[in-house]
Amino acid sequence: MSQYVLRRLLIAIPSLLGISAVLFFVLALAPGDPFSELATNPNVPPEVQAALRAKFGLDDPIYLRYLHWLNAMLHGDWGFSFVSRMDVDKLILQRLPTTLYVIGSAQILALLIAIPVGVYAATKPYSLFDQVANTLAFVGFSLPTFFTGILFILIFSVTLDWLPFVYTTDIKGTGIHWGLEMIRQAIMPVAVLGLFQAASMTRFVRSAMLDVIRLDYVTTARAKGLGQAKVIVKHVMRNAMIPVVTLIALQMPAVFGGAIVTEQIFRIPGIGSLLISSILSNDTPVVMAVTFVFACLVVLFNLIADILYGWLDPRISFR
Amino acid sequence: MLDKELRSMIGQVKDGRMDRRAFIKRMAAVGLTAPLANQILALGGVAMAEGASTYKPTKRGGGGALKLLWWQGPTLLNPHFATGTKDQDGSRLFYEPLACWDPDGNMKLVLATEIPSIQNGLLAADGKSVTWKLKPGVKWHDGKPFTADDLVFTWQYAKDPATAAVTIGVYRDITVEKIDDLTVKITFPKPTPFWADAFVGAGAGQILPKHLFADYIGSKSREAPANLAPVGTGPYKFVEFKPGDLIRGVINPDYHMANRPYFDSLEMKGGGDAVSAARAVIQTGEYDFGWNIQVEDDVLLRLEKGGKGKTVYAVGGDTEFIALNFTDPNVEVDGERSSMKTKHPLFSDPVVRKALSLLVDRESVKKAIYGRAGRTTANFLNGPEKFVSKNTSWEFNIEKAAKMLEDGGWKAGADGIREKDGKKLKIVYQTSINGPRQKTQAIVKQACQKAGIEVELKSVVASVFFSSDVANPDTYPKFYADIEMFQIPLSQPDPSQHMRRYLSTSVATKENKWQGTNFPRWVNKDYDAAITAADMEMDPIKRAAYYIKANDLMWQDTVFIPVQHRLKVEAAANNLVCVISGWANETDNLFDWYREG
Repeated sequence: MSQYVLRRLLIAIPSLLGISAVLFFVLALAPGDPFSELATNPNVPPEVQAALRAKFGLDDPIYLRYLHWLNAMLHGDWGFSFVSRMDVDKLILQRLPTTLYVIGSAQILALLIAIPVGVYAATKPYSLFDQVANTLAFVGFSLPTFFTGILFILIFSVTLDWLPFVYTTDIKGTGIHWGLEMIRQAIMPVAVLGLFQAASMTRFVRSAMLDVIRLDYVTTARAKGLGQAKVIVKHVMRNAMIPVVTLIALQMPAVFGGAIVTEQIFRIPGIGSLLISSILSNDTPVVMAVTFVFACLVVLFNLIADILYGWLDPRISFR
Repeated sequence: MLDKELRSMIGQVKDGRMDRRAFIKRMAAVGLTAPLANQILALGGVAMAEGASTYKPTKRGGGGALKLLWWQGPTLLNPHFATGTKDQDGSRLFYEPLACWDPDGNMKLVLATEIPSIQNGLLAADGKSVTWKLKPGVKWHDGKPFTADDLVFTWQYAKDPATAAVTIGVYRDITVEKIDDLTVKITFPKPTPFWADAFVGAGAGQILPKHLFADYIGSKSREAPANLAPVGTGPYKFVEFKPGDLIRGVINPDYHMANRPYFDSLEMKGGGDAVSAARAVIQTGEYDFGWNIQVEDDVLLRLEKGGKGKTVYAVGGDTEFIALNFTDPNVEVDGERSSMKTKHPLFSDPVVRKALSLLVDRESVKKAIYGRAGRTTANFLNGPEKFVSKNTSWEFNIEKAAKMLEDGGWKAGADGIREKDGKKLKIVYQTSINGPRQKTQAIVKQACQKAGIEVELKSVVASVFFSSDVANPDTYPKFYADIEMFQIPLSQPDPSQHMRRYLSTSVATKENKWQGTNFPRWVNKDYDAAITAADMEMDPIKRAAYYIKANDLMWQDTVFIPVQHRLKVEAAANNLVCVISGWANETDNLFDWYREG
């Protein structure tokens, strides 16, 4: 087992290297530079812009810049943001808790909805419940988060004035009051993101369950006189979860991506909005670091999925 | 106004025969505003009036929290590294200059005790030096005294090329010397009519504490811990900073201005977009102030109905313009498009340029897009008032344009597009991607089509359009189009920097890597002469006349088609009294803000 994990981690190294190289070269070839805003500022002579570019190594050849970056990364130095001149790791660490809180909550919400609804819908296919759940799921994943986000704001902030629509990391107060405020301001973004995730996941859970529920061994189990609940939970769900785990694991990085939009709408200072603003200002070191973190997440969650397979179905062994 | 009459009036004010207010009123009667009158008086030997303060609270603090919303949050807090006004705004919460500009363009003292003038002897009559007296007893937030050493240091810091400060342009040619602990003298290499650049305003003027930055001058500038945790002299003390997201400050109980500041703490939240910022301030009242609300006016009007906030406008000198390319963007000479060796095939005929100007419906653009935030104008230079020409006019008249073209030999072809000598009136019109700009493009295109000019619209993402990226063909200085539209902000209440950009010597070419600022590539000897003369002219009246002449030359040659004189738009809670100047950053006058009722 540990040998397997180790081997998988070693295999990840070349993939991450490849990803980083592609990212870096694409970014370097993309137009624009971090000091573009200075171009229309009459106080800033062109020489200064040139000096800044030179100082930050933007005029070096791409491969040299990549090697510098890689070398620094290997030494644990993530570089510094051109735009805020702050160390990138600090910048990311400042935002990570918020992202984890909001996205983690959204993901848990999605699972809490999708698994029971999907499982129940599959046990009673084409029933009224199944049809309603299906319809809602279709509506849910057809509506993009930027739409539902604005809709929620208009309903719950503007019209009803129940919830704040600007997320702030700086809530006054302590203890229970602080906790309640944190929950209150997260309700809308978590709901928007969670419901969107839940919609597609419900469909997936349902179809995975349906695939398994028709297999002979399930009929056998039933014929043995096992109760419906036991059959579903012990026999069907466990097997149906394998593709679901794959989906969730592979979706995790995409969830971070999908959160970019949600983070913009609600002004959540998470990694997603950091990525967006860095891309807009051509802040290469930050974009590199954030995308690289995403790449690492992909690799990590794949590994977690693989390990979960073994637990769900012992026939899948680690070799 | 006659030069002689004005001089005699200034004489009367000097002798005390006419009071200042009467003078300003007389000036206003001939179409000049108070800031102009004030500056004319200042340079005419009468001290510049200090900006009047509207501040009412009679004690420090007690105002609760002030919540500011900047939809582009500050990303760094060292004003000398600021990329864009958002960073200047953020730093200005803590750092201060010697003086700043009030809404009328008057100078307002912050860390200085007196406005320099020829009369009080602080401003040299030859315009080559200015002396500033510093307020005694001012302390940095960490308790260390603020002295002349800090100014001398800030100058050394900013002018060092290795520091890579964005304010180097202001500081590298001047000399700053300490006369005593509370006096500094700035010496200029040549007569400098606009002497209020160094140490004034939020843009380049913010003063750094020597004791915290002395070890981080030059190449070590990025490592200074104070870059992220400013220690200033301002009304609020630094608490916390998360780039792009949040700045927090608390009241400075030792602030050097009486009864100020009003608020006990402040928070500046970043991120999002202008529309939702307007909503959070005007409609839901979650925030007290929203910065730079570039939102179409009908949206704002809708939000304001029964809302909890209002819009606030400040007049500055920003002009949204269409620039005409005087070189040919479609021909390549020695590997360079829009080369100075070419002439624009259509615009070399002045009739086409004039006709194009007649086809820009400024009034419709104002009505449909800018609303209260725009004013129609014929001038490229729209402020400060004393520099604004009254000799120009604009007109929207499709028939007249069509007739002019017809008379000029531009006849409509089979496809309805006019042509002459085989050259068709087809132009490419580029701008940066931005809602109001795309709408303006559509309005202009429609009028042009009616007059027989085919317009191809092109929009470039702003981060490319405004970049200095030599490798990209779509930047505004390269100008590989026939006309292009944007604005260049006028960052100080003086046009010198702004107008110097269009000197013939500043043409953007391949040779200077398109770093030249004259992107229309317009060459005019009279313009060069006027600008060069204005640069050295200490007589304010003659100097204003030079800039007016320069503006009129641009108007005659139709180098720019000014579309709109743009005002600053902010959103504020109904009970917030915020002082916003079109000549300063939004946070520049923060010490004068308070809440009413």
